[in-house]
Amino acid sequence: MRNVWTIAVRELRHYFVSPVAYALAFMIFLILGGIFFINVYFGLQSGYVSPDGRIVMGPLVTILLFITPAITMRLIADEYRMGTFELLLTAPVRDWELVVGKWLGSMLFMLIILLVTWAYPLILHRMSTPGIDQGILLASSLGIVLMVAAMLAIGVMVSAFFRSPLAAFFTSLAVLLVLWIIGSLGGASGLASEIARQLSFVDHFYGSFYRGLLSLTDALYYVSLTVLALFLGSQAVEARRWG
Amino acid sequence: MIRVTGLTKSYGPHLAVRDLTFHAQRGEIVGFLGPNGAGKTTTMRILAGFMPPSAGSAQVAGFDVVEQSLEVRRRVGYLPETVPLYPEMSVREYLTFMGSLRRVPGLEDRIDQVLEEVSLSERAESTIGNLSKGLRQRLGLAQALLHQPEVLILDEPTIGLDPAQIIEVRRIIQALGQLRTVLLSTHILSEAQQVCDRVLIINRGTIVAEDTPGNLQAQLAGAERFRVSASLEGEDLRRLLQSVPGVTAVRQLGGEGEVEVSGTPGQDLRPLVARRIVEAGHDLFALTPVGLSLEEVFLQLTREEAEAREAA
Repeated sequence: MRNVWTIAVRELRHYFVSPVAYALAFMIFLILGGIFFINVYFGLQSGYVSPDGRIVMGPLVTILLFITPAITMRLIADEYRMGTFELLLTAPVRDWELVVGKWLGSMLFMLIILLVTWAYPLILHRMSTPGIDQGILLASSLGIVLMVAAMLAIGVMVSAFFRSPLAAFFTSLAVLLVLWIIGSLGGASGLASEIARQLSFVDHFYGSFYRGLLSLTDALYYVSLTVLALFLGSQAVEARRWG
Repeated sequence: MIRVTGLTKSYGPHLAVRDLTFHAQRGEIVGFLGPNGAGKTTTMRILAGFMPPSAGSAQVAGFDVVEQSLEVRRRVGYLPETVPLYPEMSVREYLTFMGSLRRVPGLEDRIDQVLEEVSLSERAESTIGNLSKGLRQRLGLAQALLHQPEVLILDEPTIGLDPAQIIEVRRIIQALGQLRTVLLSTHILSEAQQVCDRVLIINRGTIVAEDTPGNLQAQLAGAERFRVSASLEGEDLRRLLQSVPGVTAVRQLGGEGEVEVSGTPGQDLRPLVARRIVEAGHDLFALTPVGLSLEEVFLQLTREEAEAREAA
């Protein structure tokens, strides 16, 4: 586990010296800030600001769909491209330690960003009486963290298959989009619809966490997806070693 | 320390390494010599635990590179051909990262020590992206030495360096080779000649010769070529010696009255040549055998191998 942590810390530091990471973080805060401002401004004009802590949660989830592939695209693809992959794997580092370390580094970075986005509901809490429903805020936040964990794991997995970060970005985005829209592809009823809903990225969030419910099944869905993606990523790394 | 038996590696239909067998002892610097694409890097990657072979086996420090890959990687210091570094990190940050992965005890002190060894102490806080190629090469070497490995695998360690840096890196390698096993690949033959105790010449994935640089030259040189210096004009000397039975070529050299004589393989022509000069009433000043350079040995071996393959 020590190798996982060493790799994760290096990745986290790398984000803080990377202009791309700053640009992505700035974009998230700019869009969310804009949405927040519009909501509050028009709320004040009409004399009522809805005390809903999820004011930025819905848009945030959509933004994350595009941001996470950009966060993960270079994680392993860049190691292949720069040759540092050879260096890492001639050190006593297991394939899975590399993959999990990369994922953890990106997860820590995203957790910092998510933590900052809490500023908006907290401002709203101070502005309204009796304040926002903190239970809903906490459940939504937990759901977003689980969803981001799965998104990042998928991104790391895809990055392990490519030498080009750009190819990794578009492929991750495609995979996430499929998981995003699959829930609406199965029709209104029937087995296909049920399977599609079970696979859907959004249904497991909006059906429970977003409504303030803590669902073990939905949590398990994201955790399973994360583990599966990291496992497949490790297999991809191993396959690279076999030439 | 390194024991390789029947090592084979294929990339799809392409056979990069074919049935390679060799060994290296502690305190020995073994040169892996061959043209580009000969299979040197593939062999080194297998020995460093980066990739498994398709067939055969390899043991490093008593551990199998496939079954006990992590143990091997703990004991090997590896410098790949293109030194892979993280350009945004400082020299010290990079070594701290690599040292943490390798669980180096007393890491901070060891980093200072290794930076001293490769003469990089003054650049410890510099960003890697701002280092020259030579300094990056030294940093790569520092990374390979950080955990005090029993075996050092260095793939073209002097490639792209200027002459002063090449001399410095060779000096470091020679010092390291006194205590460790060093496997060094190069296609610069003079480098192998200067640095290595033993040379393996590899071509198209197989070893075509293995010996000390001196023995390899002696094996192939013999007394077939020698320099003659005598008390007559170069052109006259050339004409005089051309008629000696067994002489195949006489080449005039720069110095006055100096020629290089080539003869039929296996026949020592020196007594005949000496006699001819003296009998013609001239003084013989010197008669020196000319050894083949390692370059020539290498070309001869690879040519012989190509001819044998064509004949087969």
